[in-house]
Amino acid sequence: MKNYENTLLDIMAADERLIVMTAENRAAIRNLPNLVGDRFIDTGITEQTMIGAAAGLALRGRIPVVHALATFLTLRAFEFVRSDVGIGNLPVKLVGGVPGFLSDGNGPTHQAIEDVALMRGIPPMHVFCPADEADLVLGLPQVLSSSAPVYIRHNALKPVIDHTDFEYGRAEWVTEGRDVTILVYGMLLAQAWEARNLLEAEGVSVRLLNMRMLKPIDEDAILRAAAETSLLVTVEDHFLTGGLFSIVSEILVRHRGMADVLPLALVDRWFKPALLPDVLKYEGFTGSQIADSIRESLLITANA
Amino acid sequence: MHKEEIIELEEMALRVREHIVRLSTDGGCFTGASLSCADLVVYLYTRFLNVGPHNFDAPDRDYLFLSKGHDVPALYGTFVELGWLAAERLRNHLKTNDSIYWHPNRAIPGIEFHSGSLGHLPAVAIGVALDCKRRGLANRIVVITGDGELNEGSVWEALLVAQAYKLDNLLFIIDRNHFQANIRTEELIPLEPLAPKFEAFGCTTRRVSGHDFTALDNALQEVPFAEGRPSVLIADTVRGRGLPSIQERADRWFCNFSHEEVNALLEELHGVRQAEIESEALMVR
Repeated sequence: MKNYENTLLDIMAADERLIVMTAENRAAIRNLPNLVGDRFIDTGITEQTMIGAAAGLALRGRIPVVHALATFLTLRAFEFVRSDVGIGNLPVKLVGGVPGFLSDGNGPTHQAIEDVALMRGIPPMHVFCPADEADLVLGLPQVLSSSAPVYIRHNALKPVIDHTDFEYGRAEWVTEGRDVTILVYGMLLAQAWEARNLLEAEGVSVRLLNMRMLKPIDEDAILRAAAETSLLVTVEDHFLTGGLFSIVSEILVRHRGMADVLPLALVDRWFKPALLPDVLKYEGFTGSQIADSIRESLLITANA
Repeated sequence: MHKEEIIELEEMALRVREHIVRLSTDGGCFTGASLSCADLVVYLYTRFLNVGPHNFDAPDRDYLFLSKGHDVPALYGTFVELGWLAAERLRNHLKTNDSIYWHPNRAIPGIEFHSGSLGHLPAVAIGVALDCKRRGLANRIVVITGDGELNEGSVWEALLVAQAYKLDNLLFIIDRNHFQANIRTEELIPLEPLAPKFEAFGCTTRRVSGHDFTALDNALQEVPFAEGRPSVLIADTVRGRGLPSIQERADRWFCNFSHEEVNALLEELHGVRQAEIESEALMVR
């Protein structure tokens, strides 16, 4: 399988408009600087200047693919993203490193768990949240060639499923199901997949949707899930405010849809810093804990 | 420059100031800051920059980025005088049928980028300068910032990057009118000594009066001031220049005058200009 960096290099070779930038975070692009000459620009620890310069490069017809930790990219440089890239409607691609739970032991300063809310609030900005590196690589060509600015919630995890082809703005239907729909994006697909398998073994039929893009979002998949299954479960390593649960709520209200929705997210608090497996366990996001939450919710719904 | 050329520029700057004063009513505009940079803008577009409707789309044209966006009336007025913008459109100032408002936007031909939030365009200009260097082009990228704007850390962050990448195709012009929005710079966040700050950040500086076309011309002939370094021109200016009744008044940042006041200010503008011409004539004699 091609990794993110190799795929990016392939796309750069085919499209000379691409230019790769970083605010001195080369974790996802260790080899690339030596291979692309002056099509790589490291601005040092200057997220604001990097974004402003990316806007300037885009004014000149370039497609800058910029890298920084997701928190600093979306928070430190927010006004530059919103006012230079957003108002300018320029095709700058923002690659945010270690988003959500992936910041594991760093602590709250490094927890990008409002990034989706912030980025989707910028009018022309699209949001791509791949489940793992294979999912990222499948979506990358379309995301980089889109004329929109796009926020990419980067991750380099190994896939737990074989992904289907990427369709811009469409969810991936991982499994079909009649009772429950789990809607998930990013790294938690692996835990949602495990939860789905546990529930299926007990006779609960689970539809599992890997949302892939949160903007534009697959409204059709959400409305069908509301109509065809009795419980929707949103799973996200993000604040409850402004993420997938908010998006699903907005869509249901707009379409006068009715559904029981179980939101699994971080409710107005940062998560406990630790190594990733311990974070998942402490915060209740392992596969078996997600299955427990869904079972409990089904019982309440059944008794209501 | 010949005497005739200087008079031509002064006359054009006077007409640009008239436009600025006329925009200072029915909602108003940032009159004081626009008047301080009017001479700079007129000089740059007529004598320095290779840019105009004939080459707006050419990759090797020069660029001017107005980072202190609230002085955009100076740009509107200059564009009218250059024939790039129909004079009637200035009547659409703040009207929903056009895109002429308090800060710059790209819907006006000649405006390279929007601004308004301070400290953004040094970074945007770096992106443009990096691309021009990479393409081997010799064009020049000019950024006008305010002096109050220098409070923003992003300006200094951008300078660090500009010197690291040896962007000698970048020229920063500081409209040093000695005012923040509502208070004198030196009373709030002192900037002096200013030139050594830029020098310490790897730039090469010149300092001249921003109202003296000969001095501007002499200084800008030398751009880039040093090979491999960004150039910085500190242009000492007067906020409200041309109108003694509002000049250097802390409360004359944003002005929304009555029509009668505008007429009186236009008379004052011409009176001041006439007095200048007469005193120059005396000196020549």
